[in-house]
Amino acid sequence: MAKGKITPEFKIIRDMEKCVSCQVCHRVCSNDAHLYDPDAGEVTSEDSRCVGCHFCETLCPTGALTIRRNPSEIKLNALWSGRALEDITRQSSTGGVLLTGMGNDRPFPVYFDHLLLNASQVTNPSIDPLREPMELRTYLGGKPDRLEIKEGQKPEEVLKSFLSSQISLETPILFSAMSYGSISLNAVKSLAKAAREAGTLWNTGEGGLHPDLYPFGPHLVVQVASGRFGVHQEYLEAGAAIEIKIGQGAKPGIGGHLPGEKVTEQISRTRMIPEGTDALSPAPHHDIYSIEDLKQLIFALKEAVRYRKPVGVKIAAVHNVAPIASGIVRAGADFVVIDGLRGGTGAAPRVIRDHVGIPIELAISVVDQRLREEGQRNRASLIAAGGFRNSADVVKAVALGADAVYVGTAALVALGCHVCQKCYTGKCNWGIATQDPYLTKRLNPEIGARRLVNLLRAWSLEIKEMLGGMGINALESLRGNREQLRAVGLAETDMKILGVKPAGEAW
Amino acid sequence: MKKIFIREEYCMNCRLCEVHCIVQNSKTRNIIKAYKGEYPKPVSRVLVEEKGYLSFALQCRHCEDAPCLEACITGAMHRDPESGAVLADEEKCVGCWMCIMVCPFGVISRHGEGKRVISKCNLCQGEEIPVCVKNCPNEAIVFEEAS
Repeated sequence: MAKGKITPEFKIIRDMEKCVSCQVCHRVCSNDAHLYDPDAGEVTSEDSRCVGCHFCETLCPTGALTIRRNPSEIKLNALWSGRALEDITRQSSTGGVLLTGMGNDRPFPVYFDHLLLNASQVTNPSIDPLREPMELRTYLGGKPDRLEIKEGQKPEEVLKSFLSSQISLETPILFSAMSYGSISLNAVKSLAKAAREAGTLWNTGEGGLHPDLYPFGPHLVVQVASGRFGVHQEYLEAGAAIEIKIGQGAKPGIGGHLPGEKVTEQISRTRMIPEGTDALSPAPHHDIYSIEDLKQLIFALKEAVRYRKPVGVKIAAVHNVAPIASGIVRAGADFVVIDGLRGGTGAAPRVIRDHVGIPIELAISVVDQRLREEGQRNRASLIAAGGFRNSADVVKAVALGADAVYVGTAALVALGCHVCQKCYTGKCNWGIATQDPYLTKRLNPEIGARRLVNLLRAWSLEIKEMLGGMGINALESLRGNREQLRAVGLAETDMKILGVKPAGEAW
Repeated sequence: MKKIFIREEYCMNCRLCEVHCIVQNSKTRNIIKAYKGEYPKPVSRVLVEEKGYLSFALQCRHCEDAPCLEACITGAMHRDPESGAVLADEEKCVGCWMCIMVCPFGVISRHGEGKRVISKCNLCQGEEIPVCVKNCPNEAIVFEEAS
């Protein structure tokens, strides 16, 4: 029907002087946006099918292709934007919930972009990380209230305090929970290999652990989520840590849904559900309705692994995040994961992704502050997640009080993702968010792991440079050190919540 | 010797190997001129075989025990003593197509219109890495020492 027509989001510009009709674009587009006409011997394009993933543009050997946003514009209106109209048109045609993938793309303030870092000048020396040691090693897990020591020869004799299990990370950057199912096995393998090589952790999400991936267990966080998919004794034993997932930044309060088409034979085995059936994760854990219930699960899991692995809890950053995090620590969690407003997903109702939750910067700050005030900050590590774009975001998060950060979107971008937000269609041209055998093999995990290791290495080097500039030689000394941050262009209340001074104000 | 190895699990059937092979074996070695200005169009010496989602790029295997060497009546087909590659001397080739008949992989083809000689992969003599390997976006073919 004419009323339901939606203007194509992208325009495929084909420079006919450069196009040699080699058909590479035609062969690789999973959305059939490029068509080959054998009679004319020419390749043509269908703009309405293009999702803007830029795969064809990347592979085109002559540079003949450019993908542009479609310049068709409606009358300028600050309230009734093109997107608002398009959503209504779409919904009045389908009558359904609008789905999307990846993180919030609305122009909410990014507080990281309003925070600036300090550097040493004259009165305190800066450190050159290329000449002097610089410590990024991070230990996750609860720390004792104080360290008691006694006389002795060996290190294990000297320590009197009880130390709960700790995980050592070479860099404070971990890979977010992304399940096998939401992403391809090759994408999971890339993350697993990279985590092992870089000395950090990857996370199963709620996808269970594929038999091929057990060797990567020492660098793994195994997740226990509301659907309990793939959870069994060996699974819990396989990881370095266990994470109970309560919520996720992209869709706080919403469960998960892996459509049956994606539940292949391999996924059905890994998740322990019948092949081709929908994998539905309920919105809440049906056995957790209070902090006391959560405590039972935490200790059930700790018992299951005989207290040898830290158990943490992941929640979405919501209005009440600080008291909830406080309760989680009190319930015995060894680490708390806070996933902010801009956290990603493979599929979520767009209205939820775009309008629910609070920015991660504010959440880190209030949680860190609350735990300090209660004298229990040491009892759990704080991992922040949701929209970390570069090493400066990581440093700022640590200065606000995080112990480490989870990166999901950034890791996928390293694997080729162009954030087209069509993960939920299962047609990912980059071979990431798909289970289609034609597409999954496009991601070579050797290349993927190499690129992820490069990314972690580059960010770690930059973090060292920033620390050195501040005259700090260990990441530990930056943790919660908000004096190293100054705000520009923020309101008084924002600065109060972030616990930072305005730029220009001295110590 | 170094040979091209196939990793079919990563081949996405984009056929960029074929495109770059055509350019490498064109007169101008310029992709736009090779496709739009050269007649006959150069022939690719690598071919992507496909069935369902399985695909892989296949070119001359440079067999240790090469039937084409035995079959060649003029001695045009020979083994390069330095690289160990099986090469065809276009000056000696008379176009009897015996090598095409005996090749177990079907990777020898006719040169295209005009010349009555054969065309096959020469591992891009003079290049450090064959162009098909160099331009494969997913490392689905690799150039490695044969063990």
